Amino acid sequence: MQRRSVLAGIAAGLTAGCSKIGQTDAFQSLVDGADRLHRGAHRLIGGPRPMAPEFTLADLSTVFRGNGNTEIDSDEYRTHQTAGFADWQLAVTGLVERPLGLSLAQLHALPQRTQITRHDCVEGWSAIGEWTGPQLSNVLKLAGVKPAARFAVFHCADDFNGIRYYESCDLDDAMHPQTIVAHTLNGEPLPVKNGAPLRMRIERQLGYKHAKFLTGIELVASLAPVFGGQGGYWEDNVGYQWYAGV
Amino acid sequence: MKRHAFGTRAWHWINAVSLIVMFMSGLNISNAHPHLYWGKWGFIPGRAWTDVFEFPGWATIPGYYDLAAARDWHVVFAWVFAVSLLAFMISALVNGHLRRDIATKRREWRPAAIWADVRAHLRFDFEHHEGKYNFLQKMAYGLVLFVLLPLMIFTGMAMSPGMDAAWPFLLDVFGGRQSARSIHFMSAWGLFGFFILHVGLVLINKPLKNLREMITGGPRDATA
Repeated sequence: MQRRSVLAGIAAGLTAGCSKIGQTDAFQSLVDGADRLHRGAHRLIGGPRPMAPEFTLADLSTVFRGNGNTEIDSDEYRTHQTAGFADWQLAVTGLVERPLGLSLAQLHALPQRTQITRHDCVEGWSAIGEWTGPQLSNVLKLAGVKPAARFAVFHCADDFNGIRYYESCDLDDAMHPQTIVAHTLNGEPLPVKNGAPLRMRIERQLGYKHAKFLTGIELVASLAPVFGGQGGYWEDNVGYQWYAGV
Repeated sequence: MKRHAFGTRAWHWINAVSLIVMFMSGLNISNAHPHLYWGKWGFIPGRAWTDVFEFPGWATIPGYYDLAAARDWHVVFAWVFAVSLLAFMISALVNGHLRRDIATKRREWRPAAIWADVRAHLRFDFEHHEGKYNFLQKMAYGLVLFVLLPLMIFTGMAMSPGMDAAWPFLLDVFGGRQSARSIHFMSAWGLFGFFILHVGLVLINKPLKNLREMITGGPRDATA
């Protein structure tokens, strides 16, 4: 019993020390360095354009879990929902030659990609679903990417306690063939709990990157002036890593 | 020659720190979704093959539930752990540690020899007649070096969506991401078991001498 409490005491000391160190700037820059190292390693060993594994219909999860915000409690959103999102607009703005406002019909008119992929939550669980939508690269081609653009920012209709959700990725992920603007899950229009009517699929990263209730895509040269400057809602407010490939 | 080469000693302590940090931050991560599944997917707690209990703050890094901070510790020390292990493996190959001290000899596998070793251990008789380590020690170190530590690394990689794109065969090896996650969890507890056994045996058998030798390397030519 005594040895156990000694062990618990050592562990608790370590835990308290680490909690303190974890809040320092030096540790945070170490984390950013490790994160960049992971991203570099993934891209280096996978060759020029590694593809996320794709699965078969037999692998589909029985249902697809909704997590984070699973509805939007506003009259505006409910009006869109009643109308089948017929008037929903996806704005493509920022460092583009031609800013666009695309309707769901226009997105459906683009070449479509269907992929059965695994969604990995940062918490540890996974679900497999079949997603359909136009490739983001084709949407961006329509708008024309300016040379200064380095990141794609995804704007959303949902918020947590009044703080807007958003996400971002670099152009390597934005132009990746599996990065699609999904409007369909398992052959049905995207359910509200999964981000109706549009959500991003960024298949080589964790679930929080896959922005739901998508209203706009903005190309930027730097993430610093966007919201809290860390590249996403969770990155700004909770400290999740911007590169979520780990 | 000293009892422990410099490479062995340096790695031993770097590895001890990184394994403790990774284990305790891993328990914090486990608290985010304390259910384990087999196969490619899993998120319905009722279908988990096991539910894990919630680990208390004194056992986790940081000492309160914080998934973002725990992941920070985990991904930083993943590099320390992996790079130092690789460096140790290379140095142990080059200086002959693996061949001389860890590799077993055919005669050590005779049932009578194993039985004699078990009996000596039960009597707490740790005087070895030949070589640095006896059969059970070689088994324990071999299991850790060549089974548990590599399992930790490769199941950890298989859980990373970025790695799965780069090396999709990892998923085939372990039977899916959720299986890899379950194996990761069990291997971590396997290493914890080794840690308890290892520290316990050092404590009951000349703890100060053992500790000193793992720091200074011990006297020259301690093993002929």
